[in-house]
Amino acid sequence: MPVSFCGLALDHPIVNGSGTFDALAAERAFGRTALHAAFPFSAYVSKTITLVPRPGNPPPRLWETATGLVNSIGLPNKGVEAYLADDVPRYATLPVPLITNVMGATGEELAEVTAAVGDRPEIAAIELNVSCPNVATGLDIGAVPAELEAVLRRVRPVTAKPLIVKLTPNTADVALCAQAAEAAGADAVSLINTLRAVPLQPDGSGARWLGGRQGGLSGPAIRVVALAQVAAVAERVGIPIVGMGGVQHGRHAADLLSVGATLVAVGTESFRDPIAGARIAAELSALAAGA
Amino acid sequence: MSVHQSGADPHSAIPRGEDGRTLAPFGRRRALVVSTRTVGSYVLLELADRDGPPADPGQFHMLATQQHWGAGEDERPFLPRAFSPMGSSGGHLWFMLEDVGPGTHRLATLKKGEALWVSGPFGRGFHSPETVHVEARSVSGDDPALGDRGGPRPILVAGGIGLPPIIDWSRRLTEQGTEATMLLGFRDAAHAQVAASFATAQLATDDGSAGHHGYVTELLAAELDRDQHAVVYACGPGPMLEAVRRLVSERDVPTELALEAGMACGYGACFGCVVPLKDGGYARVCVDGPVMAAGDLAPVPAH
Repeated sequence: MPVSFCGLALDHPIVNGSGTFDALAAERAFGRTALHAAFPFSAYVSKTITLVPRPGNPPPRLWETATGLVNSIGLPNKGVEAYLADDVPRYATLPVPLITNVMGATGEELAEVTAAVGDRPEIAAIELNVSCPNVATGLDIGAVPAELEAVLRRVRPVTAKPLIVKLTPNTADVALCAQAAEAAGADAVSLINTLRAVPLQPDGSGARWLGGRQGGLSGPAIRVVALAQVAAVAERVGIPIVGMGGVQHGRHAADLLSVGATLVAVGTESFRDPIAGARIAAELSALAAGA
Repeated sequence: MSVHQSGADPHSAIPRGEDGRTLAPFGRRRALVVSTRTVGSYVLLELADRDGPPADPGQFHMLATQQHWGAGEDERPFLPRAFSPMGSSGGHLWFMLEDVGPGTHRLATLKKGEALWVSGPFGRGFHSPETVHVEARSVSGDDPALGDRGGPRPILVAGGIGLPPIIDWSRRLTEQGTEATMLLGFRDAAHAQVAASFATAQLATDDGSAGHHGYVTELLAAELDRDQHAVVYACGPGPMLEAVRRLVSERDVPTELALEAGMACGYGACFGCVVPLKDGGYARVCVDGPVMAAGDLAPVPAH
């Protein structure tokens, strides 16, 4: 099922959600040859990269729920300079295009990281993680349409590469945010990111479980939320949508496509099954063929 | 427990990574339950895993049942669970588990013939006593001389559910002609029953119902009092590993700890299973461990 997305010709519509598949760690676990021979996704989306290195949140970082997972990882990464020097040349040998996800604490910082990433020919597209507060304004960049538009107007001119805006579901009206992204020149939007979640200690003390205090819920538990939000966004914007949230089977991917997505990202299911992406792509293809 | 081939090295054709670890087949595979047995507080699970390679001692697998994984208490489990095997050879894997939550409860109630999803072996296993000794000494700058005994004496320390990789490592060392000192700690006699077949092991229980009344780390301190030229390998709950880490750090004894952490994937994707490092930052237990040099670690978290 070949598909065209922001000028990229992809073998099928299944990609990974940012931060749910580390191709370099997978090479260590499964071997480079085996991974590359059966790479499960039609494009590879990197973990979020920031201007300066981040260690991530203290453990515990995970909490299992009914058919879901709360994570509070804290975006650990080596910083954009080391990422471009060490990791990008290795990602460039993957058999699929590389999409780099970036984040910044201000519009200025996001523009700086985007420009650095945009200079690299190995990177096919850039995904902007806007699910964070703007330390300059105190507003959640991705949650407030005017704030999102202002930040994107600062970032858009620094690169000619396709810009995908990863929308947060933790907002009053995700479709308004998508419209703001489109107005400011985004080439695509991706959604949904995780739903904000706070697990407590199981001992009844009321204390928080996660080292980072709060996290984000993913997995089958949020699948119907993803369908609602992708459908709402598709009614309001013309740019392509990467839909995600709880996809476990080809049927789930087909559902997201049917409400308006062009690509579908698989995340949490890859934790349960390392080649889930390839299985879902095959199931989707069989559905499309009327099997 | 003793399905071992002799003669030619059965591990020679297995794909290995750049650091020597046994690589996992990409994806998850079906394995069938061959037998289950309850020994005291634990359940021993034998799986037929025809498509998987034998693990390096200290590596681990991710397990989930094919049927009824989920829909238990609170609709859990959802994610696979990580276990180091107590043995792996001839297409079979042996695990030991205790029914303490929804995942282990489902695994503990498995019957012969039921199917599991298995992936692995994952991570980095134990390293030889010579390697551990030399690497620790090259860090500390001390004289690497070992005396005229031929090598440092391995002391293997297990606490409760940390027993399986220690058993597997002890067997591998024996095959290589090295007899290790085994120190095993349990909560009580019911948990200690599983250790009955290790006649030469020293035993400790928290409540004194079997062996030494106290912690296994007290046995370790006594062994190190007697002989400092040792290399320590330990696996067990966080608080026990932290007690071992403090002890060997004070006495500058080269040590590898096999760590446990809640993890979603087992292959470096989720970044959930981290432990803090001495020099700052975190390491992922699944790909950087689970076996790590004690000297690289900050205090080991309790969970």
